Amino acid sequence: MKEQLETIQQEALAKIEDAEGMTSLQDIRVAYLGKKGSITKVLKGMGQLSPEERPVIGEMANKVRNIITEAIEEKAAKLEEAALNEQLEAETIDVTLPGRKVNVGGPHLLTSIVEEIEDLFIGMGYEIKEGPEVETDYYNFEALNLPKDHPARDMQDSFYITNELLLRTHTSPVQARTMESYKGERPFKMICPGKVYRRDSDDATHSHQFTQIEGLLVDKNVRMSDLKGTLDKFAKQMFGKDREIRLRPSYFPFTEPSVEMDISCKVCNGDGCSVCKGTGWIEILGGGMVHPKVLEMGGYDPSVYSGFAFGMGPERIAMLKYGVSDIRSFYMNDIRFLKQYHHA
Amino acid sequence: MYVSYNWLNNYVDLGDISPEELAERITKSGIEVEGIEYVGEKVNDVVVGHVLTCEQHPNADKLNLCQVDVGTETLQIICGAPNVAAGQKVVVAKPGAVLPGNFKIKKVKLRGVESNGMICSLQELGVKEKFVPQEFVDGIYVFQDEVEIGEDVTPLLNLNDAVFELDVLANRADALSMMGVAYEVAAILDEQVTYPDETIESNESECAEDYITVEVAAQELNKYYGAFIIKDVVIKPSPLWIQNYLLAAGIRPINNVVDITNYVLLEYGQPLHAFDYDRFASNTVLVRRANEGEEIVTLDGQTRKLTRENLVITNGSVPTALAGVMGGLDSEVTDETSTILLEAAYFDGTTVRKTVKQTGLRSDSSTRFEKGVDPKRVRKAGERACHLLEKYADGKVLQGLSEYDGLDYSEKTVVIETDRVNERLGSSMKNEEIADILHRLQFIFEQDGTTFTIQVPTRRQDITIFEDMLEEIARIYGYDNLPYTLPKGEGQVGGLNHVQQLKRNIKSLLEGLGLMENKTYSLTDEHDIEKLISPEIIKKSPVPIALARPMSEDHKYLRLSILPGLLQSLSYNQARNQMNIAYYEIGSIFVSEEEQITKQPEEILRAAGAITGNWVDHPWQGEVKPVDFYVVKGIVEGLFEQLKLSIQFEPVKLEDMHPGRTAVIKRNGQVIGFLGQVHPLLAKRLDLKETYVFDINLDAVFAAYENEPSYTEIPRYPAISRDIAFILDKEVLAGDVQARIAETGAPLVKSVAVFDVYEGEHLEAGKKSIAYHLVYQDPEKTLKDEEVEASYQEIVKAISDEFNGYVRS
Repeated sequence: MKEQLETIQQEALAKIEDAEGMTSLQDIRVAYLGKKGSITKVLKGMGQLSPEERPVIGEMANKVRNIITEAIEEKAAKLEEAALNEQLEAETIDVTLPGRKVNVGGPHLLTSIVEEIEDLFIGMGYEIKEGPEVETDYYNFEALNLPKDHPARDMQDSFYITNELLLRTHTSPVQARTMESYKGERPFKMICPGKVYRRDSDDATHSHQFTQIEGLLVDKNVRMSDLKGTLDKFAKQMFGKDREIRLRPSYFPFTEPSVEMDISCKVCNGDGCSVCKGTGWIEILGGGMVHPKVLEMGGYDPSVYSGFAFGMGPERIAMLKYGVSDIRSFYMNDIRFLKQYHHA
Repeated sequence: MYVSYNWLNNYVDLGDISPEELAERITKSGIEVEGIEYVGEKVNDVVVGHVLTCEQHPNADKLNLCQVDVGTETLQIICGAPNVAAGQKVVVAKPGAVLPGNFKIKKVKLRGVESNGMICSLQELGVKEKFVPQEFVDGIYVFQDEVEIGEDVTPLLNLNDAVFELDVLANRADALSMMGVAYEVAAILDEQVTYPDETIESNESECAEDYITVEVAAQELNKYYGAFIIKDVVIKPSPLWIQNYLLAAGIRPINNVVDITNYVLLEYGQPLHAFDYDRFASNTVLVRRANEGEEIVTLDGQTRKLTRENLVITNGSVPTALAGVMGGLDSEVTDETSTILLEAAYFDGTTVRKTVKQTGLRSDSSTRFEKGVDPKRVRKAGERACHLLEKYADGKVLQGLSEYDGLDYSEKTVVIETDRVNERLGSSMKNEEIADILHRLQFIFEQDGTTFTIQVPTRRQDITIFEDMLEEIARIYGYDNLPYTLPKGEGQVGGLNHVQQLKRNIKSLLEGLGLMENKTYSLTDEHDIEKLISPEIIKKSPVPIALARPMSEDHKYLRLSILPGLLQSLSYNQARNQMNIAYYEIGSIFVSEEEQITKQPEEILRAAGAITGNWVDHPWQGEVKPVDFYVVKGIVEGLFEQLKLSIQFEPVKLEDMHPGRTAVIKRNGQVIGFLGQVHPLLAKRLDLKETYVFDINLDAVFAAYENEPSYTEIPRYPAISRDIAFILDKEVLAGDVQARIAETGAPLVKSVAVFDVYEGEHLEAGKKSIAYHLVYQDPEKTLKDEEVEASYQEIVKAISDEFNGYVRS
């Protein structure tokens, strides 16, 4: 019987080795290990053996069974792996074909600029205030030291609806409203972004609707040098740390002294080129120390409080920063324009 | 304001500072120089020549053969200009001269005849056309003045002058004059100002008052009126230097009298007006308000109808000038004029401004009155003009003048204190520095230690308070010299408020859902104002808000919907072959319910979107699908899901929308917007492919956020799901059935979702099948089959009762 078992083992291992698929492997398992298989047959003849031989043969039969089982498992694993490899090979695709497009939108360039400026001032502790686009003559002009018939009203020809209502010509009325809401009782700093309107014909550099961001800080002992320092921080963050700023005297009815701020031209680094019209400087914003009359009308005592204010146009900033040549591009919504400033 | 460098040099010694450097310093001290333009170019060997003879060229019809005396010699020159003639004094470029553009003048032969030089037009000398007198634009220049033969033309024609374009802002009316600019430049350069000559040399026995009496009826609008009389005036061209300066300033020379009034206007900033005394036809000047409906023919030949708001100069009966704006045609100075009535007056700026607005006549005069002239310079300007009329119009100035004078000549006092100046500026100026600045500005002051009491000259009407003086000090000190500091105040926590944060979130969500942000105009036209308004806005019966004076018909009304603007954007893109567009915009609409608007409209913030073309676009996989209703609905649902707000949809019929593919969006029973397909007819008018839109009231969304969100524990007990399909009449709405299932199954039914819709051959005509997937769950315990079965049966019954639907087997 011993020889029988050895023969079975040899035969089985040879067949397993040659097996070409899972089916033939399964047949081998049944033929050798099944209930009617060769090993079972051998074990059934054990009754004829002597009590001394039985355990020896029994052990041997188990050993052969294990060897065959292991060999089958091993072979099965090999066959599976080969099958998988074959399958994967067949599944190969062209990875250079374009992907399934997911529709992705994005912000308008002006929104990006406005949010960048908002975040910059939020970082300096400013809050954001908004106000109505249809304003009263009082908040748009009078509360800002621009009484009726003030010649400076010509600087911003306005879209009136009635004698008392108009489309705001700047976001400054939000400043007047904010001061009023704080009742002259607390220092504050805020910026107000928003749409504004002027009675202009649309062309490459004029738009009857555009965006403005203004800032206002009111506190005790605010100095003009604080305005200079704040604007310098803003300019360096927004336009690059190697930009220089320059303040020039200017005129706005709501500030005194008033300033206009230029930054050194990025294109020529101050040497003069066509972008800065040869001056080396580019005008970027206006501002100044809040006029005492404006503080007073806002409910703040100008002998106790002082402040500074500034205002800028995101369109102009976008035009300078990205070289957009026509202000109307911001409102035409050409998809090719809207898409190109994304660097997601 | 145009300022000639050479002219300015008469009042301030500019030394050898270059025009560019001077411009830079003026700009940095407060008046922006927007540009510098050179009149021409300095040239050599170009001189005054006298045309002795002028004959036709023997071999050429259109050329002339001239003998020209240039002082040192007589040159034979061939000239093709049509206006050349014997006896003229002309500009001659001698051989060896180099004209602008590197044009070298040489001896040449033209059609066999020698030509030794060139007779020039001003353009050939590099003079820009705007600086060329009208009559010489198309030919050579001919001197009308006494000039020396052989004289160098560069100074004569002011060729080397640089003209600054100053951007004078509303407060600096003083800088609308050469004198004002001279004070400014003197302060910058620390130089003195030289005053013009105002002396009158005539020694006439007659007095102005013998000829004219001044009477001012409207004294509140006319604080000063002075009338000078100048006799025996000879009208002729003014001297070349006056013409040159006027041209540099952008004013065309006319004749000596008009030129002199313009010259003094520019020099002193004081408008003057010259009447022909004989044509004035009266010996009384009466200044009064115009009568309602009264008429005047102004110098430009237009008849102007007047109102009580206008101020007029009359001869006692009829208006002869619109005060400060324009003279009348009837009393205009002509070539025959011999006696002049010269007006130097101070008119109320607001009245002038109103008249300008009413007539559209803005002039160099009106601009100055509007912004305010210097009281102390009014009469002086008249005297200066008299001086010039004596010299250059042979006039005899009668003694004195006839005047009405109610002007306030007092000087305001402003007190400043060194510490306060430094506190406000952040500077550390010393007393001496402040004193030096005040000296440079030529302000008279008294100093008491650190306190300065300053008399503000009347030319600086803009300085009235401490802050105004602070700016003067700061700008002469130099803004560049101020330090950089940051505010010292207590910190404030900055940031976005909830609504601002939410708005940014909504933008990101919409962008993540595939939409690109737009910016369209708030102003729209009469057609778009009525289109695609959301039903809850229509319910308010809004009255379109129109501008009083629109710039164009396209931008006349304040929008009631963002969508028409978005559709225009879509149309713009499709016209440029950009077919697949998905846009959104967040912005306000303007709602007023008043028939005649009196108060600010309600500004409602909305998020609107518009999509056209293909939404799914994977061509090589064969998957290309145009946008449809459920894409837009999916976007809206996705947005609200992210916002954690529940909404419902109901079919609706709206103008300009597809009648079967439009729904309102509701939240807690309130309409908060709509969505659907743009009516194909409207789409066609806009050349758009099938287009879908949505419009949501964001203010309603923000309001929902006032409540804190609630939290529910995630249930620990298992859920059981059931599918159920109903056969329903075609018109029954899936949403209604779903709502009924949810309602009936509550509280055990946690969710209901459509997973199949079928219409077709396996069903009766007029029927459809809708299959729902239901999820049951009890937060307290494990559900029993019997409970679910009972609920299921209830639902079947409810759907049968309400919709006549039955379970599809």
